[in-house]
Amino acid sequence: MIDGFLALYIFMLAAFTGYEIIARVPVILHTPLMSGSNFVHGIVLVGAMIALGQAQTPFEMTIGFIGVLLGAGNAAGGYVVTERMLEMFKSSKPAGGKESK
Amino acid sequence: MVWLPTLIKGCYFVAALLFILGLKRMSSPRTARGGIVWAGFGMLLAVLATFFLPDMHNLDLIIAAVVIGVGTAWWTGRRVAMTAMPQMVALYNGMGGGAAAAIGAVELISYVRNLLLLHPPGIPDTSPLRPESWAINALQPIPAAVPLSPVELALGVLGALIGAVSFSGSLIAFAKLQGWLDRRFVFPGQRVVNLLLLAVAVVVGIALASGYASVPLIALFFALALLFGLMMTLPIGGADMPVVISLYNAFTGLAVAFEGFVLGNEAMIIAGTVVGAAGTLLTQLMAKAMNRSIGNVLFGSFGAAGGEAQAIAGAQKPIDDADAAVMMAYAERVVIVPGYGMAVAQAQHKVWEFAQLLLKRGVKVKFAIHPVAGRMPGHMNVLLAEAGVPYDLIADMDEINPEFAVTDVALVIGANDVVNPLAKTDPASPIYGMPILDVSNAKHVIVVKRGKGTGFAGIENALFYADNTRMLYGDGQAAAGQLVNALKTLDD
Repeated sequence: MIDGFLALYIFMLAAFTGYEIIARVPVILHTPLMSGSNFVHGIVLVGAMIALGQAQTPFEMTIGFIGVLLGAGNAAGGYVVTERMLEMFKSSKPAGGKESK
Repeated sequence: MVWLPTLIKGCYFVAALLFILGLKRMSSPRTARGGIVWAGFGMLLAVLATFFLPDMHNLDLIIAAVVIGVGTAWWTGRRVAMTAMPQMVALYNGMGGGAAAAIGAVELISYVRNLLLLHPPGIPDTSPLRPESWAINALQPIPAAVPLSPVELALGVLGALIGAVSFSGSLIAFAKLQGWLDRRFVFPGQRVVNLLLLAVAVVVGIALASGYASVPLIALFFALALLFGLMMTLPIGGADMPVVISLYNAFTGLAVAFEGFVLGNEAMIIAGTVVGAAGTLLTQLMAKAMNRSIGNVLFGSFGAAGGEAQAIAGAQKPIDDADAAVMMAYAERVVIVPGYGMAVAQAQHKVWEFAQLLLKRGVKVKFAIHPVAGRMPGHMNVLLAEAGVPYDLIADMDEINPEFAVTDVALVIGANDVVNPLAKTDPASPIYGMPILDVSNAKHVIVVKRGKGTGFAGIENALFYADNTRMLYGDGQAAAGQLVNALKTLDD
């Protein structure tokens, strides 16, 4: 259990961090970044694992199982999609460098 | 093993740090690629550490679910075409929201079960009949039979609500972008019904949070939340989907943060809050690019704006590929405006090939990208990058708009609403006020379009009827191919 005010401080600082990260991002990176942040909240997988790990009745286990399934999908899918998007940025970079004035 | 809890906490700490550093790196083109790898390591670390938490049961189930979930998502994510990326983000985001909702559900259900254990009907509270699971472990986030504190309960319910809305809403967004649901679903009084749904869901949520929890009530709560997400997203037009997906992304982040508080997991709180804040800002940036407020996107029921739409005079004037190619071959400046149609037709490679032929002839070619072209901001940039178009040929709206006046030919490929002059001239138009690319200022405009129909927003486009506009009908890929061939025959 986390002390309420400590959690409030964490909320506040993390919110500012998130805001700062996005504040100065070029438009071209908006989609990859949205995808990247989509991957980061895949951490929900950890929570779902904990929930399933503590589930005791079959009903709770079923819902927990679905939760882990969905969370794993979020994390893995988010990673693959983001990586594929960013991969293209890399491959096009040298070309951009050469042909620029 | 006294050091194990510390080690696990340390892993979560490092994971949170890697997430933030990863996102930071992703926000600059130079380091972006490494960013996702950093964040990926963080995730791996956090997941592995979780297996070693004390008092974890059902490990077989957990491993099975992780393997199936990761396997399926990895496979689909690898296979899907780049053009389908926006809906995949929507889908994976919905899964995250669903997972957060599931955590909330499990916590609520076990809370009810524990209440019954603590206050069994007929047995006084002072009874020594205590369940064995009362033993409190230092690291166990939710001691099995200690009821959640009021704050935890309230945040758990709130997180579940937001997660469930994000889940069903994202799935609708996915279905819409995938083309499974191409009609908007609108009926009179929809807004009132939606608000009522939300209000009832909130009331039920408050009841749950204030201790009136029971399994049927929990089921009702989730049914209402899921229904609300569904109903809220159905009337939103495809043109607004980027904003909606981004908003749900922020929602999921918040839901994860709240459930993280309930579970006492700092990594979840930090990662979720960072995403919640970043996603909110990103949503605002996108809505601003479309000159609409987020509330307007969500509750404005797009396309139902009052007043008579201006009638458009004139007719669409076709052009054939050879004429179009000649026109551009002898132009001085050509600006190519790609839109979702190019993405659908997978035409980006052909378009770049065409642009390269023009460049070889000494034509100054640029690509103009509207902030919300395609289905997500930056969607077109990603596709052009995939085709190998160098950065410096790509211009954004503010940069290119003054240049249209000195542009000989503007080639519009699969873009519609973002080049519609009605956004400037017709106050009755639903897109009125949205900044557009001023292609109509170019000397000639060539529009590549599949047919005579309206765009995704269902609005007539005055540009197509303008005197200096010629229509090249055809699928983006085929049309670009024909243009390439026509240019090649010119050179022979």
